[in-house]
Amino acid sequence: MSEPILVANHLVKTYTQRSGKFGFGTTLIKALDDVSVSLRAGSTLAVVGESGSGKSTLARCLLQLQPLDSGEVLFAGQDLSKISGAALRTVRKDLQMVFQDPFASLNPRMRVGEIVSEGLLIHGLGSSAEQQKKVIAMLKRVGLTEADMQKYPHEFSGGQRQRIGIARALVLKPKVVVCDEPVSALDVSIQAQILLLLKDLQQEMALSYLFISHDLRVVRHIADDIVVMHKGKVVEQGSVVDIYQQPQHEYTQNLLAAIPGKKVVNA
Amino acid sequence: MVATNKTVPLLQLEHISIVPKKMPTRLLVNDVSFTIEAGKTTCVVGESGSGKSLTALSVMGLLSKQLQLNAGSVLFHDSENGVQDLTLLDAESLRKIRGRKIAMIFQEPMTSLNPVLTVGYQIGESLTTHLGLKGDKLKTKIASLLEMVGIPTSRANSYPDELSGGQRQRVMIAMSIACEPLLLIADEPTTALDVTVQAQILKLLDELKIHMNMGMLFITHDFGVVADIADNVVVMFRGEIVESGTKDEVLGNPQHPYTQALLACVPDAEGKKPLKPIDYAWLPENQNTTEVAT
Repeated sequence: MSEPILVANHLVKTYTQRSGKFGFGTTLIKALDDVSVSLRAGSTLAVVGESGSGKSTLARCLLQLQPLDSGEVLFAGQDLSKISGAALRTVRKDLQMVFQDPFASLNPRMRVGEIVSEGLLIHGLGSSAEQQKKVIAMLKRVGLTEADMQKYPHEFSGGQRQRIGIARALVLKPKVVVCDEPVSALDVSIQAQILLLLKDLQQEMALSYLFISHDLRVVRHIADDIVVMHKGKVVEQGSVVDIYQQPQHEYTQNLLAAIPGKKVVNA
Repeated sequence: MVATNKTVPLLQLEHISIVPKKMPTRLLVNDVSFTIEAGKTTCVVGESGSGKSLTALSVMGLLSKQLQLNAGSVLFHDSENGVQDLTLLDAESLRKIRGRKIAMIFQEPMTSLNPVLTVGYQIGESLTTHLGLKGDKLKTKIASLLEMVGIPTSRANSYPDELSGGQRQRVMIAMSIACEPLLLIADEPTTALDVTVQAQILKLLDELKIHMNMGMLFITHDFGVVADIADNVVVMFRGEIVESGTKDEVLGNPQHPYTQALLACVPDAEGKKPLKPIDYAWLPENQNTTEVAT
């Protein structure tokens, strides 16, 4: 068992939703209800659940992209929910995110070179020549070419755009990467390529992944541990092998039963 | 219920080719032929850009103006009019078929409903147009359709943004089956949805198919879904059909290297099969180089 690198304790996050006639009333929705997770260094923790179960909220709250109501997020000896401004920005160098929709998460007016180097620029890492070098090396590592730096995102396919998103996150050499459904917008034929790329990069750069997905087939291949969320609560967590073989909670059993094409793929 | 003659298939695509008007040499869909029988589901599988959606749109005569159907015929058989070639019909006759005899479910439930009309109104629209239903009769019919797809009937007055993704896709299904069409075209109806919701929708479609003896053209890129729902499978690659047959033939004993490669890259739920990127080494242009992307 390796050391936990990112620990979240008792996270609570509520949203208010307007309801009733003309939206005069309000209802509280608990997106995170006392959620505690811990990510081991160098491993992949998958968060699964249906839409609306709070898995994306969890990712955003861990990275402090959204404020928490209560709870603590411990990373490198600091409680991220307590720090802000410059201190938070410094920590974010080690915490990066790969977004779900490769068509919406890249600025259409920036060249790929600018998109990938922006993080280096913000954190002031190295001279511009060094930054250039790092960007080129990273692009090559994810399977793109130096010439692609001058292109715009619309010139790429979905799989290639997701590679750009991965390069942008990893060029800073982070410690923890949150992947929010990185392959759910991609074709089955492309999914495996991206998953293998993520796996290889994890080994090379000693990354820890928090991997959000609703596709349990994908999770089975990439994750070490798994957290099952339902209506803002963690209903089950443990190692992938245990949970796939002996799901305890009814909701987990339903999720596993809903995997399409079980009969044939098993054959 | 329309009794379909056994010897004539419900829909017969013959040598369909689609090209951009400005570049008539570039075949986006090349010589595609297959048939759909009443009460059976034909799945068209392929990666993005393989021409599966274009093929479906050509059946409905919904191709964009920049594209044209170069050759081929779409023979649709119904008991009223016998066999008709849909590509030769004028706009008015096509309008009578669309929604009434052939209906379509589009890929994205989020964008294919009108945001300023209630879902009840949108479901009722085709009933009024094609069957002339009005007033209380219309309301009862809408309620029964909503019930059929598992949405509380009180939601008829809701707007699309008040429903979840799965519910919106159910509304789309209710709209498309409102006039009890003979043929339902579903273009990746579950790609945007969660696994649990996907399983429900697939089950619903399968029940409706049996219940109404509908033929179904189902487009997907997920072989797991194919295994659950298909009777016949057509595999497309770069605008051409590379393999077709019954589900057991294609999934159990794939002949074409592309089908094999596509099947191999579907992750399994047990994690026994190693992850494999799709393999294009069989393509003639890759034959002389032995390099396979890792």
